[in-house]
Amino acid sequence: MTTKSEIDPRALEQSPEDFASQWRLIWLAFRRHKLAMTGAIIILLLYVIGLFAEFLAPFDPNATSSSDIFHPPQMIRFIDRDAEGGWSFSPHVIAMTMERDSFTLETSYALDPDKKIYLDFFAKGDPYELWGLFPMERHLLTTENPDEHFFLFGADRLGRDMLSRTIFGTRVSMSIGLIGVSLSLVLGLILGGISGFYGGRVDMFIQRVVELVISLPTIPIWLGLSAALPQDWSPLARYFAITVILSLVAWTELARVVRGRFLALRTEDFVTAARLDGGSRKRVIFRHMMPSMVSHIIASVTLAIPVMIIAETSLSFLGLGLTPPIISWGVLLKEAQNIRSISEAPWLFVPGGAVVIAVLALNFLGDGLRDAADPYSQDNH
Amino acid sequence: MKQTAMKPDAETTVLELKNLTTEFITKKGAFRAVDDVSLELHAGKTLCVVGESGSGKSVMSRSILQIVDPPGQVTGGEALLHRHRTARTGGFEETIDLLQLDPKSKAIRNLRGRDIAMIFQEPMSSLSPVHRIGDQVGEAIRLHEAVSKKEARERTLELLRKVEIPDPGKAIDQFPFEFSGGMRQRAMIAMALSCNPTVLIADEPTTALDVTIQAEILDLIRSIQDESDMAVMFITHDMGVVAEIADEIAVMRFGKVVETGDVYEIFENPQHHYTQRLLNSVRELDHPSERRLAMRETRPVGAPILVSDKVSKVFGASKKWWGKENRGLTAVNEAKLELRKGENLGIVGESGSGKTTLGRCLQRVHEVTDGRILYTNDTGQERDLASLTEDQLAQPWRDIRTVFQDPFSSLNPRMTIGQIIAEPLIVEGKLTGPQIRDRVHELLELVGLPVTAYMRYPHAFSGGQRQRVSIARAIAPNPRIIIADEATSALDVSLRTQILDLLLDLQERLDLSFILISHDIAVIRYFCDRIAVMYRGQIVETGDTETVCQNPQHAYTQSLLSAVPVADPRVRGQKQRVRYSESSQRT
Repeated sequence: MTTKSEIDPRALEQSPEDFASQWRLIWLAFRRHKLAMTGAIIILLLYVIGLFAEFLAPFDPNATSSSDIFHPPQMIRFIDRDAEGGWSFSPHVIAMTMERDSFTLETSYALDPDKKIYLDFFAKGDPYELWGLFPMERHLLTTENPDEHFFLFGADRLGRDMLSRTIFGTRVSMSIGLIGVSLSLVLGLILGGISGFYGGRVDMFIQRVVELVISLPTIPIWLGLSAALPQDWSPLARYFAITVILSLVAWTELARVVRGRFLALRTEDFVTAARLDGGSRKRVIFRHMMPSMVSHIIASVTLAIPVMIIAETSLSFLGLGLTPPIISWGVLLKEAQNIRSISEAPWLFVPGGAVVIAVLALNFLGDGLRDAADPYSQDNH
Repeated sequence: MKQTAMKPDAETTVLELKNLTTEFITKKGAFRAVDDVSLELHAGKTLCVVGESGSGKSVMSRSILQIVDPPGQVTGGEALLHRHRTARTGGFEETIDLLQLDPKSKAIRNLRGRDIAMIFQEPMSSLSPVHRIGDQVGEAIRLHEAVSKKEARERTLELLRKVEIPDPGKAIDQFPFEFSGGMRQRAMIAMALSCNPTVLIADEPTTALDVTIQAEILDLIRSIQDESDMAVMFITHDMGVVAEIADEIAVMRFGKVVETGDVYEIFENPQHHYTQRLLNSVRELDHPSERRLAMRETRPVGAPILVSDKVSKVFGASKKWWGKENRGLTAVNEAKLELRKGENLGIVGESGSGKTTLGRCLQRVHEVTDGRILYTNDTGQERDLASLTEDQLAQPWRDIRTVFQDPFSSLNPRMTIGQIIAEPLIVEGKLTGPQIRDRVHELLELVGLPVTAYMRYPHAFSGGQRQRVSIARAIAPNPRIIIADEATSALDVSLRTQILDLLLDLQERLDLSFILISHDIAVIRYFCDRIAVMYRGQIVETGDTETVCQNPQHAYTQSLLSAVPVADPRVRGQKQRVRYSESSQRT
């Protein structure tokens, strides 16, 4: 004890990480994961879009316009050149006019270079109530003249703006994942926790139930359950019913993760030490075991959300999930089911692209979180 | 002395390291794991590379074959392999710089396993679990030499015989899981020897094995070396093993070789202060601690306070639904033991002997299948812990505390050192917040840690420091008994005495009694007044430590003691090895 051990001269000087808490280490490890950071930013953006859908969408997503049926996407231009060759900053699109072939009655759109539709930031447009509370009129970007329209992502068979509809779809699709996962998290935490902590017969029973649920073919179950929903339910009630149905199947994965962590932690010496310190069962679980599990649980939750989003999309695509007037990506994709849309209006698949982006970003984020969840497993030289 | 077949007089250098440097590239800059190392290996000789954990000895050996894990990189130096005129190389001499070869090239793959073979530390993971022993050994032969399957099998049989695997004809078709740790290490050696390498690199090959098996493996390596003309680089942290097997020694520290020389020279006249300290701490451990003996003079041992009365523990026994009975595994069988007030009791045994289980039973972490655990508390009241429920155990658990083996898993990584040590005090609920903080500061000082440790997390501390934290947590609620389960096994030898001295220091100040569980006789001899030897769940011998160590009665104790390597090369080979097997006892 009296002899002070010598210090390794190569040792890198004491780092501030010595004082860093677990969460700080996780954050440091996560930040190193470029793909996951990108995913996190995209997901954050998507939720912001969902939150402020009314403001961000240029038009009312349900406003139809018979003169704009299957209107193709337009390019936005920011620099306006006048006849003399001068220029000014004023965003605009070049208008398109509908022409009908007199013989086949086929409609087609042609650019009309003389007519420009001018756009304006924070201009007044279709009135709306933000979150059903604040009556507002301003949109992030809309036409100067409320009677004109522009279609960055094209229009559907009723002349509704696909951009506005996709933005509104973000709200429902992204939130259904979040709400559904929180429901299954509650189920998974309770059942997985009981299963892992008590072990023995309780564990045996719960695990067999989990296996039973997993063995059920999901698509027919979803189909059956959602077909059983009364048709006269309000769209909101239907929305919640669908979330419950989705999470009834999805909790099993989380229950297994929680149980696995519990079993792994139960044999750790520090948990035994906490028991011997005289901690009650509650204290051992919540003070000592839970903090070690939270990061892992967050990671698996993040990986469960995309599964939910895909499930909602597939159900709605089949016409059994959400139905209009609720707008979700799946509902929008249902419009793109037929051959005509593929050949004539491929822009109807834009919501599909949104699904791909959201799911990929969530998966990257979840992978990054999972890797970062255990900062000690990595090489920290 | 060794017989060198070709040149009996001169030393033939077969492998030469010149200024070898290996760096790990990290964000914070390059970390020099191996720093300018120059060594020579001679045919027929064993070079022992000694060093504590983190000294770079393993990375050095891996750099030779260029199998350092990324981000490690050999950044400089030479590793010259001298191929001498032998029948195999076709009668010409050549020198190859291994570090010039591309790590993925065919040229270096040809050398790996054929000219330079390697044995690793962990016999459990270095054999493939899905292939038969014979196929794995045979593969090494067939990779390097054009032989038929049948021929390879014959050679494998011969090799297995050579490494003294019993019944090679049967063993060749067995899977690794059917082998014990020692047998697997023998199979690994057979694989390494399959192409008659000129150099064998053994990276801590006996560290994961029990001492009796370690002694056998060391015997084997030496006898093989006597027959062939192989140069061996033996990497170890154990000075006892060095004294047993080395011809030459290289002491490594912080990536540098601080001293090289002949084994006798270094043991008798170490030059570098680090070598001296290393040898001192080993020699110190071989004797009873003088501090302890002095303490016993002034403070005599009292009456028994923790008595294990025929304690048995059976794992996994159950009655099946249809009446079939599962007998389970008897980990502890009618253990009789008593700990007296103020004494240190050692429980020694090899892995699987049930010593840890007994320790946990005594504290009632495990339920006890049978028997009584009688604990006398400070008011002189005797209680049987075996029948208590977890709630009733709260008080006994404050009196009987544990120091765990693994300093890494026993501290919650999500709590600060202050929180960890304060935990038993918070749960007890007698002290207020500021009082608890003062007490933790006091405890930190007691175990020799700076008060600044309070706000830090465990990952900022080394193994030895973590063990001090663990001790501080153990003594926090003023206990009377501490059960230390292999508390020093994960530490380097120079730290072991420090920790044991700390425990003795605390014993004097706080009036503690200790149960020290260990596989290391030296540690027990240093620290314990009395010793209990466990073998397969039974206590085979108890008595005063010195009496048992000098005059063991039971045959197993004799074999255990005779297998312990002595850190003195002069007594090498003089000791009579006693082998113990249960079957020989029964007949």
